Amino acid sequence: MAETAIAPVPEPRQRTSRKPLLSVDGLVKSYPLNRRGLFRQKVTGEIRAVNDISFSLDEGETLSIVGESGCGKTTAARSILHLVPPSSGTIRLGDTDVCATFSRDRRPEVLALRRQMQYVFQDPYLSLNPRWSVRQILSEPLRVHGLVPPAQWDGAVEALLERVGLPAEHADRYPHEFSGGQRQRIGIARALAVEPRLLICDEPVSSLDVSVRAQILNLLAELQEELKLSYLYISHDLSSVRFLSNRIAVMYLGNLVEIGEVDEIFARPGHHYTAALISAIPVPDPARQKPRDAISGEIPSVVKRPSGCVFHTRCPAALPICSRQVPPLAAPDGAHAFACHNPR
Amino acid sequence: MMSLAAETQAAAALPRQPEAAASQAPVLVSVENLHIQFPPWNAPIRVVEDVSYQVRAGETMGIVGESGSGKTLSSLAILNLLPPPARIAGGRILFEGEDIAAKSQREMQKLRGRRLTMIFQNPGYSLNPLLTVGAQLAEILKVHEKLPRAAALQRVEELFRLVGITDPGPRLSQYPHEMSGGMKQRVCIARALLCNPALVLADEPTTALDVTIQAQILDLLEELKQRLGMSMIFVTHDMGVVARIADRITVMYAGQVCETGDKHAVFARPSHPYTQALLASTPRIDKRYAVDAEGRRERLPTVGLAATPGQPLGGGCRFAGRCPEAAPDCTRLVPQAAAIEPGRVVHCLKRGSAGVPGHG
Repeated sequence: MAETAIAPVPEPRQRTSRKPLLSVDGLVKSYPLNRRGLFRQKVTGEIRAVNDISFSLDEGETLSIVGESGCGKTTAARSILHLVPPSSGTIRLGDTDVCATFSRDRRPEVLALRRQMQYVFQDPYLSLNPRWSVRQILSEPLRVHGLVPPAQWDGAVEALLERVGLPAEHADRYPHEFSGGQRQRIGIARALAVEPRLLICDEPVSSLDVSVRAQILNLLAELQEELKLSYLYISHDLSSVRFLSNRIAVMYLGNLVEIGEVDEIFARPGHHYTAALISAIPVPDPARQKPRDAISGEIPSVVKRPSGCVFHTRCPAALPICSRQVPPLAAPDGAHAFACHNPR
Repeated sequence: MMSLAAETQAAAALPRQPEAAASQAPVLVSVENLHIQFPPWNAPIRVVEDVSYQVRAGETMGIVGESGSGKTLSSLAILNLLPPPARIAGGRILFEGEDIAAKSQREMQKLRGRRLTMIFQNPGYSLNPLLTVGAQLAEILKVHEKLPRAAALQRVEELFRLVGITDPGPRLSQYPHEMSGGMKQRVCIARALLCNPALVLADEPTTALDVTIQAQILDLLEELKQRLGMSMIFVTHDMGVVARIADRITVMYAGQVCETGDKHAVFARPSHPYTQALLASTPRIDKRYAVDAEGRRERLPTVGLAATPGQPLGGGCRFAGRCPEAAPDCTRLVPQAAAIEPGRVVHCLKRGSAGVPGHG
């Protein structure tokens, strides 16, 4: 762990002194690399999918985790819900220690915790059981958590459907009778059934058509305001991130390379990777095509992580030190932190 | 070979040609009143209805639309590669003045891979996993240009260098699974360019790639277009990508053309209600979204997109069911092309199009 000496991130200025809803400290998720022999397997190394990341999320706030495929954003999100158990690090939701609760594995405690944080999946075609009606899908969480007596399930299901903008009459339809956007609404309704405080949205609009995307993004914004939800929004689509987020965390090859307020990061990205990512997004306006800070090459393999700064192999401003020493995640102005030896 | 790479760099450094230059060039492909249908044949499903557009030599036509808009089918028809039950039910496709739909498969085989080539969405699926990339690209040259193996491989290596594949020699003997997605897409681009095509059809060639790789591939395609002067039909659902790569744009909705025109004009003054709604609702990376003191967030405008599409195909204008400006006639009459500016055509009764009764 000597490689991952990361300075504590100071709290941003604009944020109040409220206690964060979610705080993640030193989260690591690694997978062993095995060589299988005839009689035993030998652990020959490890893949660090998430490498010592720390962040916090306030009540009613949206923090987006952005990055390209393989950067660890989804693994980080799933670790928070213990869908994949983290290798080390602490996660706190309010006053509860998430990792400790899951490892004690006492059903009432685990349920109480799961009730507070729910997941919206990327693909609404894969995340809904095709053999269940919408009524079954939406009453399942009510049954599991025992929040509502069975006699009131029908009313609760209809209220949920209306909450996400679907007619209550559709409760007895099956997932195949809905379009992608409508299915994603059902996925959101299922997550809302237990009245969570935190929604983890993993690319909720990336499999939807452009005209439906805006409606789902508006729905998420509306639900956040009315239900005071916090969102951890995972995406590679920086345009929807810009719309929905208060803050952004940028990940590259398992590391958190930059975190800060959304407008600040888009206006003045500190890390060269963030700048490259922003300039790689084509703007839907031919009159405003900007020169790109092109980065060459491809994302290195997580098996052979570059030494020092993980981005130095592709960085346009790499110095000799970059390949030797891991840059700490530091915030020169107190709010906007990035890990770079030679910042922009 | 060295000179090829050097020339490419020189070409990239050249100033851009003004947009107007392309509009004087001769028409290379002309799609005229194309109809494509699926069975049942007694009540066919008209998935592409009365689609017309032209692509000039050296020009990139961006075809934008959502899933089901017919953008892919109408471009596959140009290669005479419609998936089996689909049929061309009317109209014609002129390529270099000859009707593609009237050609035999044998004649098409001489055109495909040579004058007309394609770059597919998923490079992983469009390369043969059992052959090295060198072997499968050299085969194209053997078939079309009757080149012996060594000369063919040499030409493939030149093309690899042209599309920015580092270390092209050893790459020839690699299998597709040994390459990353971006590298495979470069191989597919090289394959499309082997025989100096007149027209390259690119169907969502960057959708399966990560954004930084997408940016590299878009840069490469732009540079190759300048260098080689081929025409391109670029099919995509991404308004940002089309704003970057296209010269002219055709917007499609549910099998019909909404509007066609120079990209600057379409983005600056979208005419069809669908184009307007689509552009307004797309979240933008270069816009600061307001959040008020109570944390209330600005909304994306979704006028015209609020309802989900549910209109049966074949009535009048297929966007009428969601259109904020729809009049009773819109569900009955199919809007014909109306010229609104030089080089710009819109299909909308509210923008001066004539209407003819639909089939529905």
